Amino acid sequence: MNILVDLFVTFAKVGVMTFGGGYAMLPILQREVVDNKGWATEEELMDYFAIGQCTPGIIAVNTATFIGQKCRGTIGGILATLGVVFPSLIIISLLAGVITAFSHLAWVRHAFGGIRICVCVLILNAVVKLYKKAVVDKATLAIFVVVALGSYFSALSPVVFVLLAAAMGIALQVRR
Amino acid sequence: MLYLRLFWEFFKTGLFAVGGGMATIPFLYDMAAATGWFTGDDVANMIAVGESTPGPIGVNMATYVGYLTGQGEGGLAGALLGAVIATVGLVTPSILVILIIAAFLKSFRDSRYVQNAFYGLRPASAGLISAAGLSVAISNLFFPDVLAQGFQLAALNWKGWILAAVLWVLTNKVKKTKGLHPILFILAAAVVGVLWSM
Repeated sequence: MNILVDLFVTFAKVGVMTFGGGYAMLPILQREVVDNKGWATEEELMDYFAIGQCTPGIIAVNTATFIGQKCRGTIGGILATLGVVFPSLIIISLLAGVITAFSHLAWVRHAFGGIRICVCVLILNAVVKLYKKAVVDKATLAIFVVVALGSYFSALSPVVFVLLAAAMGIALQVRR
Repeated sequence: MLYLRLFWEFFKTGLFAVGGGMATIPFLYDMAAATGWFTGDDVANMIAVGESTPGPIGVNMATYVGYLTGQGEGGLAGALLGAVIATVGLVTPSILVILIIAAFLKSFRDSRYVQNAFYGLRPASAGLISAAGLSVAISNLFFPDVLAQGFQLAALNWKGWILAAVLWVLTNKVKKTKGLHPILFILAAAVVGVLWSM
């Protein structure tokens, strides 16, 4: 099979099997990309994943672009990425149509009422996990508090906070 | 033009959301406020749908937003076009950034500036998601229209508080359930919501 087609199909498979966030994807990538296809070594995959976490964008997409790029350059990177998002496009489009069609029913609205409560708890859990990794001293605590309050009480775009925080990170460390 | 704006909004999200799918939530809230394409409640629904379907959650949310926004503009064809455009908008910055980084992988990883920037970015990302989470919590654990007339007990969604407390214990404290996939808790919450008319 043409390797470009193979990249698309393999990453579409990874996309279907990834449930939830980027972390759920790692064992699947290990099996498909390292063991089955040999497109990257275990170490390379860990490197891509680590960089994928700390570059802008979705971790799964970043990792796919890396591996595709390594195999077949720019076109490979683009096709691997299109592969990883392809299942989402199909599944969500089907589902969104169904949800919109039934959203006027009382029991559907009640179900989503319950679901949104669950989402609150899931976000709280995600924040607690992130907080433990990110807030390591007084300076990071200050950034966390200022950004949380600033973002909640102002209409400023998150972009502003992201840029300021990156600049603060560099300024604080340089002074040391 | 709507589709161009859709692309641009998700391009921004893809470029500035650092730290995976959950990091896109503050951008979706900002988008809801700035464009009026959907409401805060819709965002919470999207998170649930994105979390319960195959595929990376950030991509799922982009597809869902694009679909709903496009649907308002041009029916089914508009919806499908919107889904594709939002998703492509979200991944375009990733592709550009990663292709550039791949060219000088090692020096990027070892750069002190990059590491220092992340020292500031990580707590900021946690802060942004907290603020978005607070918005979700206030509009679902209280009745916003009653709350608008001043704080009072009637504004409290007590069923919501009870369900939230139970779910928190199940996802954090009970050994047998805390490792389970979020989709199971979302399904359970949907059932409780129907039975309890939430």
